[in-house]
Amino acid sequence: MSLNGCDPQVTLGRTAVLEVTDLTVVLGGRVVLDNVTFDLARGSVAGLIGPNGAGKTTLLKAILGFVTAQSGSLKRSAADGRAVAKVGYVPQKIDLDPDMPLRARDLVGLGLDGSRLGFPLPSRKRRTRIDEALEAVGAAQFADKRVGRLSGGEQQRVLIAHAVIRQPDLLLLDEPLANLDLRSEREVVDLVASLARDSGIASLVSTHDVNPLVGAMDKVVYLAAGKSASGRVDEVVTTEVLSALYGHQVDVLRVHGRVVVSAAPGPPPPHVDPVAKHLAEQVPR
Amino acid sequence: MFSGFMVNTWLAGTVIAILAGVVGFFVVARGASFAAHALPVGAFPGAAAALLLGTSTLGGLVIFTALGVAGITWLGRRARRDIATALALVALLGLGELFLSMTSEYAPEVESLLFGQILGVTSSEVAYLVFLATLCMVAVGVAFRPLLLTSVDEGLGQALGIAPRRGDLIFLAVLGLATAMAVPIVGTLLVFTLMVGPAGAAQLLSPRPTVALVLSTAIAITTVWSAIALSYRSGWPVGFFVGGIAALVYVTARLVTAERSRSPRDTPISQRGQDRHESP
Amino acid sequence: MSALIHALFARGLFSTATVPTAAIVGALAAVSASAAGVFTVMRGQSFAGHALGDMSAAGGSAAFLVGVSPLAGFIGIGAVTAGAISAFASRGRRARDVSTGIVLGAGLGLAGLLLYLDTTRSSTTGAAVSVMFGSMFAVASSTLPAVAAATGFVLVCVAALYRPLLLSSASGELAAVQGVRVKLAEAGFLGVLVVAVALSALTVGAVLATALLIGPAATAVRVARRPGLAIVVAAAIGIGSTWVAIVLAYDSYYWSSSHAAWPVSFFVVGVIFVTYVAVEILSSVRSRRAKYRRARSVRSTR
Repeated sequence: MSLNGCDPQVTLGRTAVLEVTDLTVVLGGRVVLDNVTFDLARGSVAGLIGPNGAGKTTLLKAILGFVTAQSGSLKRSAADGRAVAKVGYVPQKIDLDPDMPLRARDLVGLGLDGSRLGFPLPSRKRRTRIDEALEAVGAAQFADKRVGRLSGGEQQRVLIAHAVIRQPDLLLLDEPLANLDLRSEREVVDLVASLARDSGIASLVSTHDVNPLVGAMDKVVYLAAGKSASGRVDEVVTTEVLSALYGHQVDVLRVHGRVVVSAAPGPPPPHVDPVAKHLAEQVPR
Repeated sequence: MFSGFMVNTWLAGTVIAILAGVVGFFVVARGASFAAHALPVGAFPGAAAALLLGTSTLGGLVIFTALGVAGITWLGRRARRDIATALALVALLGLGELFLSMTSEYAPEVESLLFGQILGVTSSEVAYLVFLATLCMVAVGVAFRPLLLTSVDEGLGQALGIAPRRGDLIFLAVLGLATAMAVPIVGTLLVFTLMVGPAGAAQLLSPRPTVALVLSTAIAITTVWSAIALSYRSGWPVGFFVGGIAALVYVTARLVTAERSRSPRDTPISQRGQDRHESP
Repeated sequence: MSALIHALFARGLFSTATVPTAAIVGALAAVSASAAGVFTVMRGQSFAGHALGDMSAAGGSAAFLVGVSPLAGFIGIGAVTAGAISAFASRGRRARDVSTGIVLGAGLGLAGLLLYLDTTRSSTTGAAVSVMFGSMFAVASSTLPAVAAATGFVLVCVAALYRPLLLSSASGELAAVQGVRVKLAEAGFLGVLVVAVALSALTVGAVLATALLIGPAATAVRVARRPGLAIVVAAAIGIGSTWVAIVLAYDSYYWSSSHAAWPVSFFVVGVIFVTYVAVEILSSVRSRRAKYRRARSVRSTR
């Protein structure tokens, strides 16, 4: 495994669903992604780890095709030689009114055909597929609950069901664990792992804390200030590798089986006046 | 234009502009433009009822403004803010239509209530306006920090010990008082333009609260002065000029700030959904 | 029951052509309003809907001046307003909020000018007010085909946009990932909203159009968990409200010795509002009872 180089672990015999090579993305004059390189094998789970602002969301956008890269390549391959790879996406959360007249199963159903015109005609086949997707994520018991009234963990499952109902080759999850309590965290991680194992859906889980994923990940892609390092957890999450990535001293400690990443004291973060920030957010882009 | 009776007009206009600039700052910060429109419009049936009963129109305005505030608050407990506002507004307007149907001499009074009669303001009206405006400003001054914090985030307000709904009620009450005062002068329909336009432009131009507040007031004053002058010259209604100038200022502010920094921000995955590019 | 029917017919409810026409117009407007209104409520665009309604007042006055049918005036001004709001709108609900306010303010200022010019040039003072506070009874039966066509347009468009609009109303992100052209869906919805508001304005007057658009929808959304069901319930409430209002308005003629009937639009808004409040109270009583029951069962299992 090397810092920016190709990952030999892309493994003999397993096809790569995603191959990112020297991807560079520049937004607004800032280099957000700098020669990012990694591969994702079919049915594997990869953690996309990095602090906030490291470029994780931009990378996900690039994989989805919403952002154009300046250089480098990004190849999504469908399993079984299909032409176009299907990519599912799970946002961190969606803000919904508790009164919104949409049940969990309705949202999952929209994952099947939400882009088609017209309204869905009731069909047994459609209903069965929705039920199966809900079962697979363990959301069957709140299938008829309004989406706006689901708890954080419940919503996360429903969003996953929405994303996987069409059996994508690749599943992108954007900070799925951020709003969850420890138990829901565990459940989501287990769910992603089982989807990878049983349905062959490769998953890229972005998060800023590597610990919840340690047992389930096949590899980690670490992003810091736009640069990446990928490989196994014990190869990448080390003091040497991360210090090189960040460009200054970073200590990696293992405490009771947990991994703790600790950056050396740097300049204090700029003080942000919440009121000014709120008003500034109203400036339209 | 600056002779005897017009002095009152200038005074009244300035006072209302200051009030609108200040209160408007919070209206825009809280995303309450609908309420700022709904309260004065919903108050108008009160004036119609007063006309019917032969009592003071101001009293009718105040009572119906209070009803509006109460309605929005009570309905807003379970429904979302915009729905509560819409329902409270149409309920009051429905009553307004009923009252209008019962009175025969309404057209000119209704028009002046809707669009303002600033050119005919009397000295005593100016006096009461100054008094109530001072009251309002004192209220805003006292409640400034809670208002500001609850505008940004209810959690911040709660940290100060302000229940979120209490903050809302305070804000609505201040808004109601300000609009009830301004309605007889600037008219129902245009009070809210003065509260939304200048403050909207100001908050685009500066993210700093105190600067935006001052800017909002300055823009409101300029707007009213220009509107009064133009109205005097052309004979056309003041409200038309207020609406037009406010829109122009806002559009200008939008154009100016759009040309400014275009920095990348942490936005959600796709904000428009149409920029799908195939990466090379 | 037969006494009720006898009373209705005895009062001559169906003796003129105005009542059946009013009932049909009201029902069609209610159906359009329900389809558009449920989505409006879902998307939190009540202010925009209201702005379109208020602006219809200006459109109606202009139509009156020009001599075009009020429905055309409503739709025309609605299209312009919707365009202006979209042009200003940007990401973020706050910016949309302010933009809607600005457009409404400028538009009302313009309406004020038109009103002023209208009253100084001609002596018709009541024209604008009659447009603002319209009435189902005032709709000519010759307008019925246009009303039916407009309703058909609304229903067809809502049916066509159903899935993409539903998904983008829940989450623009998810819709974009699925390949939905979110901006196009939004623009399409706005067009539908313009026509639905125009029909409501024709029915209850520009100023109260919001009631027909938002009221039944807000009530239905409380009650129904499925979008399709919500639209059906909203339509039922809307149709019921307009029809009950017609009966009440007719009846009100006899309520006071001066024989002044109360405006039908007032009754429409009144019934809609009362229905909403009633459902509101009932549902909060139900949820409180459910909470109490849950708490009790938890306690009893300890």
